[in-house]
Amino acid sequence: MPKRSFSLARRSNPLRLLLLGLVAFGVWQYAAAQNTPLLSGGLGFFTNTNDGATSYLPIMEPLAAVPLGNRFLIESRAILLESFNPKGGGQEGYNHSHFVALTYLQGDFIAAPHLTVVGGSFLTPFATYNERLSPFWVANFQDGPLISGLGVMQTGTSLGGQLRGSAVSNENFSIDYAAYFSARSGNEQFNSARSSGGRVSVYLPKQRLEIGTSYGRLLQGTHENFSGVHVWWEPQDTGFRLRSEWARGAHGNGYWIEADWRMKQFGGYNSWVGRFEPLFRMQQTFKTDNIGGDPLPSVNTQRADFGLDYNLPHNTRILTSYARQFSSNKDVNIWETGLTYRFLFPAWKGH
Amino acid sequence: MNREHLLLNAAAIALFGVAIAGAAQTQAKPAQKDQQNAKQQSTATHPSNTKQSEGQRVFEQNCARCHTPPDGFSPRISGTIVRHMRVRASLSEHDAQELLRFFNP
Repeated sequence: MPKRSFSLARRSNPLRLLLLGLVAFGVWQYAAAQNTPLLSGGLGFFTNTNDGATSYLPIMEPLAAVPLGNRFLIESRAILLESFNPKGGGQEGYNHSHFVALTYLQGDFIAAPHLTVVGGSFLTPFATYNERLSPFWVANFQDGPLISGLGVMQTGTSLGGQLRGSAVSNENFSIDYAAYFSARSGNEQFNSARSSGGRVSVYLPKQRLEIGTSYGRLLQGTHENFSGVHVWWEPQDTGFRLRSEWARGAHGNGYWIEADWRMKQFGGYNSWVGRFEPLFRMQQTFKTDNIGGDPLPSVNTQRADFGLDYNLPHNTRILTSYARQFSSNKDVNIWETGLTYRFLFPAWKGH
Repeated sequence: MNREHLLLNAAAIALFGVAIAGAAQTQAKPAQKDQQNAKQQSTATHPSNTKQSEGQRVFEQNCARCHTPPDGFSPRISGTIVRHMRVRASLSEHDAQELLRFFNP
């Protein structure tokens, strides 16, 4: 999960001045009644028992969004966590480490009704998990799919420019797109690989069906191609969702399929039963060789996750799951529990 | 786990609890202040309760597709949320306007 180290204390003065400038400009924009800058994000506490070893993870991911004028938006997300892991090797006790990093910092310019230009450090648009489900207060399971590292170019974040938007949108279908180019950066705050790629998705609102495809090419070291397909289906008025992705890289491929059902038929979403959310996820990865260092497990792996989430009032969720993972290395049980809280409020008080 | 780590874990859990309580109190006022707004959003997220509008359609198909809708929020940030969603969910200008109208009827 952690991508880079980032020390707030070591942040350079120009960056600090830039952030202060943005805040000041945001204050000036306060006059726009609906465009007050916001603070959002999540607080979470997770436990993970993998093959009998239990880890603890208190975590916070704040997100800020500052609109500037009528067409600009500056947004950023950071991550702060403390990880407690067993020492292992027959030793008792725990090691702990902390991690603070900027996940992304991007500027968005709405250039035309169907075009937005994004610049800066942004989440790499490949498939769906990285952009849509990686915030822990959104994801149904505590940990990401085994293939979540494929196509996102090592760090999950790109540094450069991106064009994206809705090409067509009507009552029968909509098509959205994203295309990007990223420079290579070894900066500890904005670590990224030289790469390019994009994604196109078609959404059919009547069927509540989304089908999309992604492509990415690594343009440094050994140039490699990544491709992927995703299918999401959410039948209307059922509370059921099906999400899936398949992705391949130069050294392997894999897929995940996740189903969740919000039990709204039993008194609605806000009844005590309707707040339950049973989950199931199936995933497999297949290695074609072990020449390159890609994020897939080193051997073919199968995994089934069974989960039960509970959506408490006030944007709080309880996440629980059990997974059985099969591979030639070792078959393991993985138990996970978590408590998450999502916050969303204006950056300052107002009338 | 030794005593030091037990204490650290207990402190982390306590901090988490305090943070939730504090944030809930921070949100309580806007939630009460904008009760009508929150109520509209709350009912609007459940199709059976209210007439389908264009903005509601945009909301259900583009926002609720990925995440559970928040319990309500101040109307002062509705424009910022729409702009964020316009980028993240690749909304067209028309859909963004309808979504803003849905948040501020």
